[in-house]
Amino acid sequence: MSVNAIETHELTLRFGQFTAVDGVSLSVREGARHAIIGPNGAGKSSLVAALTGALPATSGQVRVHGTDVTRLSQTQRVHAGLARTFQINQLFTGLSVVDNIRLALFERDRTSRIFWRSAEAQSATTEEALSLLGLVQMESLADTPISSLAYGQRRLVEIAIALAVRPRVLILDEPAAGVPSTQSQLIFERISALPQDVTLIFIEHDMSLVFRFAERISVLVSGQILTEGTPDEIRSDALVRRVYLGH
Amino acid sequence: MNLQGLLNVGVEGLAYGMLLFLISIGLSITLGLMRFINLAHGAFAMCGGYLMVVLMNDAHLSFFSSLVAVFLATGAIGLVLERTLIKRLYGKSELQHVLFSIGLAFVASAIATILFGPQQQAIGLPGWMSSPVDFPGMRTTGYRLFILAAGVIALSLLYALFHKTLFGARVRAAVDSQDTASSIGIPVSRLFALTFGLGAAFAGLGGALAISLLGLDPSFPLKYLVIMLMVVAMGGSASILGAFSAALFLGTADALFKYYIPEVGSFVIYALLVLTLIFLPKGLAGRRS
Amino acid sequence: MNRLKGDIRLALALVLAIAGACYVLFPGYLGLMTTICIVAMFALSYDLLQGYAGILSLGHAIFFGLGAYTVAILGTHGVTEPLLTLAAAMVVAGVVAGVLAPVVVIGNDFNRLLVTLGFGFLFYEAANKAGSWTGGADGLSSFTVSPIAGLFEFDFEGKTAFFYSVAGLVLTYFIVWRITTSPFGSALRGLRENTLRMYAIGAPVTRHRAVAYVMSGAIAGMAGAMLAQTSNFVSLDMLGFGRSADVFIMTALGGTGSIPGVVFGAAAFTWIKDALSSISPKYWELGVGIILMLSVFVLPDGVAGLAKTMRRWRAGRCPSTRSKPTN
Repeated sequence: MSVNAIETHELTLRFGQFTAVDGVSLSVREGARHAIIGPNGAGKSSLVAALTGALPATSGQVRVHGTDVTRLSQTQRVHAGLARTFQINQLFTGLSVVDNIRLALFERDRTSRIFWRSAEAQSATTEEALSLLGLVQMESLADTPISSLAYGQRRLVEIAIALAVRPRVLILDEPAAGVPSTQSQLIFERISALPQDVTLIFIEHDMSLVFRFAERISVLVSGQILTEGTPDEIRSDALVRRVYLGH
Repeated sequence: MNLQGLLNVGVEGLAYGMLLFLISIGLSITLGLMRFINLAHGAFAMCGGYLMVVLMNDAHLSFFSSLVAVFLATGAIGLVLERTLIKRLYGKSELQHVLFSIGLAFVASAIATILFGPQQQAIGLPGWMSSPVDFPGMRTTGYRLFILAAGVIALSLLYALFHKTLFGARVRAAVDSQDTASSIGIPVSRLFALTFGLGAAFAGLGGALAISLLGLDPSFPLKYLVIMLMVVAMGGSASILGAFSAALFLGTADALFKYYIPEVGSFVIYALLVLTLIFLPKGLAGRRS
Repeated sequence: MNRLKGDIRLALALVLAIAGACYVLFPGYLGLMTTICIVAMFALSYDLLQGYAGILSLGHAIFFGLGAYTVAILGTHGVTEPLLTLAAAMVVAGVVAGVLAPVVVIGNDFNRLLVTLGFGFLFYEAANKAGSWTGGADGLSSFTVSPIAGLFEFDFEGKTAFFYSVAGLVLTYFIVWRITTSPFGSALRGLRENTLRMYAIGAPVTRHRAVAYVMSGAIAGMAGAMLAQTSNFVSLDMLGFGRSADVFIMTALGGTGSIPGVVFGAAAFTWIKDALSSISPKYWELGVGIILMLSVFVLPDGVAGLAKTMRRWRAGRCPSTRSKPTN
């Protein structure tokens, strides 16, 4: 039996009286393309925060490739193989595209402690940064400052940064958010072209993208998993239709 | 260490704490509401002090009329300042806030030196304030009792204002979330101006009352900057009760230590600062600062 | 990035050329120019902390003063070789920075501001009270400074001091440049740009900040030590809030994050202050205050960011900086 890439057991996150994540038990197979959908306020962002360690869970467990990461900080979980992208771009806007990736690589390899040698001279890092940009087809824009990029392009850099830490599980928080629909297909195409050894979990609102790119879908409502299944199963589920469409 | 000495120093400390409360409450609310770090807030207290000196010594107004005038005038100055300059700073970075407010503090201090000179100022207190008042076990002056009373009255007024009125409800809403508040029709901009002015008014009042207890010279804002910021940090921003408790605690602690262990008296305050920031990063009231 | 290297070499050459010119043209002002070099070193150390690691400190003079007092105290006890006491000063300042770092780097921006302010006053009070060591409010001048490496004696005209401080500035310039162009420098830049992101890529944020704080403290100590050595005098104001505020101001006005900008800011500030504050300290204070208040609106990125600010003006937008996501 293969170990799940990521799984949670009764994961709960409470803010005072308010329960944002309510006993979520989720398991995602290695290499899966798993979508989490749900109406606004369902707790998707809170779930991401609890999974990544940005916020400590009130109770429950999170395991990444069999390792219990519940007590680990966000930084430690990154080094355990769990990375994320943000719904609103969190880039280093004052730097160039390749510098953004290089930064992530320095942290991954812990070469960020070196202060006596030039960053430029780390040629292996630069090469790897360029090849990562190649994965999202942005390598031709490597030296461009972030401020000159279009929003969709910045989304791709956002993804490349997350890939730089060599995650085994990558959580994409609304990767196509804010991007014009002409470009969102493109972004998803580049996402699904990512190597199979990276497990992808994406939070998404756009149903057409979800049904096209996800292999399995979990539906989150009011902090709880309503149901889970393949796109066809979810599409035909009466309960889901009622939650989303009101009938 | 006798009981009488302890009580006397205690009352000194409480009076000091009351003054700190009056002076710092504006800073606390400004920080919580507008997220504006105003290192020059002490200048309002100083302004109130100098205004008091001018009104009493030059215009020969009575103590109480001067106090009222100082409260209103400093409040007006604060209001004008907010509407002209401060409001352009919201949303700027912390660096900009600090830079601007240091500049403001310099300007205020320089103006005070130019107009009044670097020496200490003094005013004549009404007779009943200077005379001693005896309690079983200790002796104090009417002046200190007045300060204590003023502090408690200010606390009640401010608490009632912020927790029992519509104005207060609006301010608390805006502190929680500016965007949400303005989206439900709360006139956030006007709220900012009024609260800033109110904070300045109380600071001015505190400064005026402080002349005979703490002294007044152009270095006043700087001298009390750290302890003012401590009141805000310990009390939690935008918390009336928090600021009050923190101010009284700090005032009393400072007085007691300075009196009983003068060699290390000044350090205690800073040690308290460090300890508070390590263990209570969210302040006594637990709000995000 | 090669453009940047050229930039650095050009700026450094410019600094040396100006220094040489000043030596020749204004031989009577060597004392002032020595001070300018030292203050520029101090400003560079501060910019490493604020312009790169993004930590706002209003108590950085602690390390400057510690460096100065280390030299003086060692001097009164017979240790007078300047290079040795310089190194000792850096070590003392660095160690103290290491002790204070855990408190400073944890917490949000406001807490950090308050803590650094508090520490500044704390050290000032401590130095004031420890009169037997520090000379209290009178300061110390009874210590001796030997010739550098046994060869270069500090002469009355201040020539040795001048070259010594220029050498110090060049060294500091190079050190700060090296640090900021290294992988660690990238990490610091990342911290300043987007701390949230740094956590999400697994960066040890507090550790980075602590290291930056120690480095910055050690370099500030070096600057302070040089001041003590070249002026043969230390006093409490080397630790005080005034000095912390000054370095904060000159870095902001010069352009934080820009090495040449900071040096220029430090030089201009020190020169003007020397000229004006002796005439009338209160009008100097008024003037600085007004300039600071204006600069937030007119020159938000300092002199070094003038080009950027002008571009924004031309683009029709207000030259304001929006707040970055902090914490």
